Amino acid sequence: MATGQQWVLVEMVQAFYEAPAYHLILEGILILWIIRLLFSKTYKLHETYKLTEKEKEDLIEEWQPEALVPPVSKDYPTLNYDVVTGPPSHKITINGKDCINFASFNFLGLLDNERVKQKALASLKKYGVGTCGPRGFYGTFDVHLELESRLSKFMKTEEAIIYSYGFATIASAIPAYSKRGDIIFVDEAACFAIQKGLQASRSLIKYFKHNDMEDLERLLKEQELEDLKNPRKARVTRKFIVVEGLYINTADICPLPELVKLKYKYKVRIFLEESMSFGVLGDHGRGVTEHFGVNIDDIDLISANMENALASIGGFCCGRSFVIDHQRLSGQGYCFSASLPPMLAAAAIEALNIMEEDPDVFRVLREKCKHVYNTLQGTPGLKLVGVPVAPALHLELERSSGSRESDMKQLRSIVDYCMERHVALTLARYLEKEERFLPPPSIRVVVTIEQTEEDIQKAVACIREAASALLIS
Amino acid sequence: MTESATSKLLNGDICHRTSNGKKASKNGFVKDHSLFEQPQKYRRPRDKNQNVPHNSSLYKKPFVESFEETPLWVAVLTYMGYGILTIFGYLRDFLRHWNIEKCHVARERDEQKDFVPLYQDFENFYTRNLYMRIRDNWNRPICSVPGAKVDLVERVTHDYNWTFEHTGKVVKDVINMGSYNYLGFAENTGACADAALEVTKMYGAGVGSTRCEMGNLDIHEEMEQLVARFLGVESAMAFGMGFATNSMNIPALMGKGCLILSDELNHTSLVLGARLSGSTIRVFKHNNMQSLEKLLRDAIVHGQPRTHRPWKKILIVVEGIYSMEGSIVRLPEVIALKKRYKAYLYLDEAHSIGALGPNGRGVVDYFGLDSKDVDIMMGTFTKSFGAAGGYIGGKKELIDYLRRHSHSAMYATSMSPPVAQQIITSMKIIMGEDGTTLGADRLRQLSQNTTYFRRRLHEMGFIIYGNDDSPVVPLMLYMPAKIGAFGREMLKRNIGTVVVGFPATPIIESRARFCVSAAHTREMLDTALEAISEVGDLLQLKYSRREQPLPSLGWMSEESLLQD
Repeated sequence: MATGQQWVLVEMVQAFYEAPAYHLILEGILILWIIRLLFSKTYKLHETYKLTEKEKEDLIEEWQPEALVPPVSKDYPTLNYDVVTGPPSHKITINGKDCINFASFNFLGLLDNERVKQKALASLKKYGVGTCGPRGFYGTFDVHLELESRLSKFMKTEEAIIYSYGFATIASAIPAYSKRGDIIFVDEAACFAIQKGLQASRSLIKYFKHNDMEDLERLLKEQELEDLKNPRKARVTRKFIVVEGLYINTADICPLPELVKLKYKYKVRIFLEESMSFGVLGDHGRGVTEHFGVNIDDIDLISANMENALASIGGFCCGRSFVIDHQRLSGQGYCFSASLPPMLAAAAIEALNIMEEDPDVFRVLREKCKHVYNTLQGTPGLKLVGVPVAPALHLELERSSGSRESDMKQLRSIVDYCMERHVALTLARYLEKEERFLPPPSIRVVVTIEQTEEDIQKAVACIREAASALLIS
Repeated sequence: MTESATSKLLNGDICHRTSNGKKASKNGFVKDHSLFEQPQKYRRPRDKNQNVPHNSSLYKKPFVESFEETPLWVAVLTYMGYGILTIFGYLRDFLRHWNIEKCHVARERDEQKDFVPLYQDFENFYTRNLYMRIRDNWNRPICSVPGAKVDLVERVTHDYNWTFEHTGKVVKDVINMGSYNYLGFAENTGACADAALEVTKMYGAGVGSTRCEMGNLDIHEEMEQLVARFLGVESAMAFGMGFATNSMNIPALMGKGCLILSDELNHTSLVLGARLSGSTIRVFKHNNMQSLEKLLRDAIVHGQPRTHRPWKKILIVVEGIYSMEGSIVRLPEVIALKKRYKAYLYLDEAHSIGALGPNGRGVVDYFGLDSKDVDIMMGTFTKSFGAAGGYIGGKKELIDYLRRHSHSAMYATSMSPPVAQQIITSMKIIMGEDGTTLGADRLRQLSQNTTYFRRRLHEMGFIIYGNDDSPVVPLMLYMPAKIGAFGREMLKRNIGTVVVGFPATPIIESRARFCVSAAHTREMLDTALEAISEVGDLLQLKYSRREQPLPSLGWMSEESLLQD
């Protein structure tokens, strides 16, 4: 073996000597070529695709953006708002027509209350209108502090925080606590402000069927199993249930006692939006917690606006200081927005005074709501949606035509019919493409304590007439 | 104004606060077709001192904006300050943990101790150990009109700012350098207040419904027509909250497949609105047109990421005056870019409307441009008008669209009638439609006050940020300890100022901010300036090194900066 190999090597060297020069040169070149191929970089695709300046220019020239807004037809129904002349109180003038108001959320009739107005005027004379700054920078007025302490006292919580815009309240409160990676369980019927808060939080959102506690528990159980699989992650994942006290979209009440049970069972915090129920439900108007006799400390955060029952502007959150104080630096709508005009805060304080002095208003309102609810039952062609104590009910079509547009048209004709006869109603408006679960089209019927028996009879009669004339034909 | 060694004017090229983490743009982006070419690497020294933006043809008057560089030793000391605070913070937390020191923080309920913590402990580290030490400088309650002078509710703390007690006394006549009362319309007497009183008597305070349902009052319509006329646009719409005007209308205009180009210092409301819209967001350097142009070109050329489809539309979002920097947007250049690249422009005039321009019509007026070149004119009524809320103005199609698609119009209660009246009356005064020259006087007063105040502060040797015409005047404090000290020392001298630190500003650029108002008299400003100078000496705040002009060295330093 060894000698054989040696022989081959000697032969190779000999052959090398004998080979002609051109052969060697050629082979040398070939070897170099192979080496070059081996070490050269791979073919650069993107380099050949790189655009020249000229090509870029052409692309820029060529690009045509969409129109900033899509064109709108002139007769689009919501384009032309109804114009209210004068105050939007019990007696209201719409498009020049005097009507009785069954559309504004002025449940306690405080909008044109003389005492409230006087306080607002006194405040205006002292502070002027605007605050010219956010709360942090000389925008905190003594009235704001007073309103916050009054609200927390009224609700029997440790602390309250006020926002200058009702919509921004819950929409800022949710993302102040719930961040990316956290989980929020939310009712399908939740209002738009909640939906925006959820979106801003960037958390994982899980919708449960409206007021369906079994569905919620199913989701919670699923999550519990998930947590068992990954306990490290579960230790830092906050979980929230967001519900409304009295749903604006469906006019019914959340089953709060069951929710509280689930809260402790699955260790989930509850955020409660009470814009519709604050100043309405409960013997003292404290909302859905009082309605059910639930301990308010069991609810982590309650938010409500001051634009409905309190007939002012703005909103508030209340709860324990541990929870609420966090918003003073993390609530975006609180930190980065101008504070509430002091006169509006003063109006809200006086409205609270009235509510505290005479809790009978809540009983009266409840009676009225029940009365309206009962008399509206059995309207031909229309289905009444809501619970008897809800001050803002919905009338939906019993049989939908299948197209939302024509349903809206039909309902609009009822509203117009009533308006002709001096009863002001309104359609419930939604952003059809933006709503997560779009509620069916409906007419809103708002009950206030200012409406007399006569007014109610008239309105109900009008609706019945309109429905039988326009729907049953 | 002379320029010295280390200071750099924001001449449209390199002038972002160049050290301290924010690098000057030096991406070597050279394109023949770009509207605003990158500055040449070597400019003649002559150019440097002329304060002319390099697209000077677009400007009708000098555009002088300065951001003097942070001196190195100050930066080092500032970081050291934060370091010491953090060490002590950990020490205190350690003591609190072992109950050696009493902890004042509100606690979780016992029943919920086993829940996942509601907020991260680290978030609160800053609050507990840094913010809490100087908390008395914020949220100072006032009990009068937020006018030129303001009455503060006196408060004391017995537990190092954890809780405050009101003594029942009032600190009278504090000169107010904090409120955004640019034109002095925060008043409880006079035409505006009287008109608002009448309206309150008639309408009451609330509305109780949305614009779309039953809350569209005649007074709202009147106001919107006036706003449209004031802005010189076809149509306008008003909303109840300035913050929400941004956060609830951008989503109505932009969506998936759209691109939003946003200035890095845009207000939270704009950022939130952009985020809620679901569009892609790209951020350009503050007021830097090269950065914006590069983003625009890249966006159009490359299209959407991954799918490479062209963008549906591109929206540039800028502010008129940036409230923390005092800088004014380079609007002529932005408009040129927007036209060149067919983008849309969203201009937030929260601070500039009423406060800039010969007629008080904001930055568009200030630069003598046509408001039709701005697609979406947004602004607030909180500041110059002494009211509340915001507006959007533009073409009729835009406003008609918003009337049907704005989240605010559809779901939020409409504006309070007395607030609307305040806007109407103050706007008419600014426009001179009340038959007096009161509005013009206020505008002139504001501009004079601004120039005077800024000039004096410069002379005293403070580092002042921003444009020479901007009534927002940030004075640099840098060190965390000086934030609290400045605010307190000024209040001792009966002057109310705003101090801001991280996270509202970059960590080392803590500052005090003054808002000049037309309501300030020369005496008030002099009193304030005297106090500022005194406190400045006490706290050694006169950092500016502009008084020692070293032209040759200056040229060198800029050159080296461009090359590094």
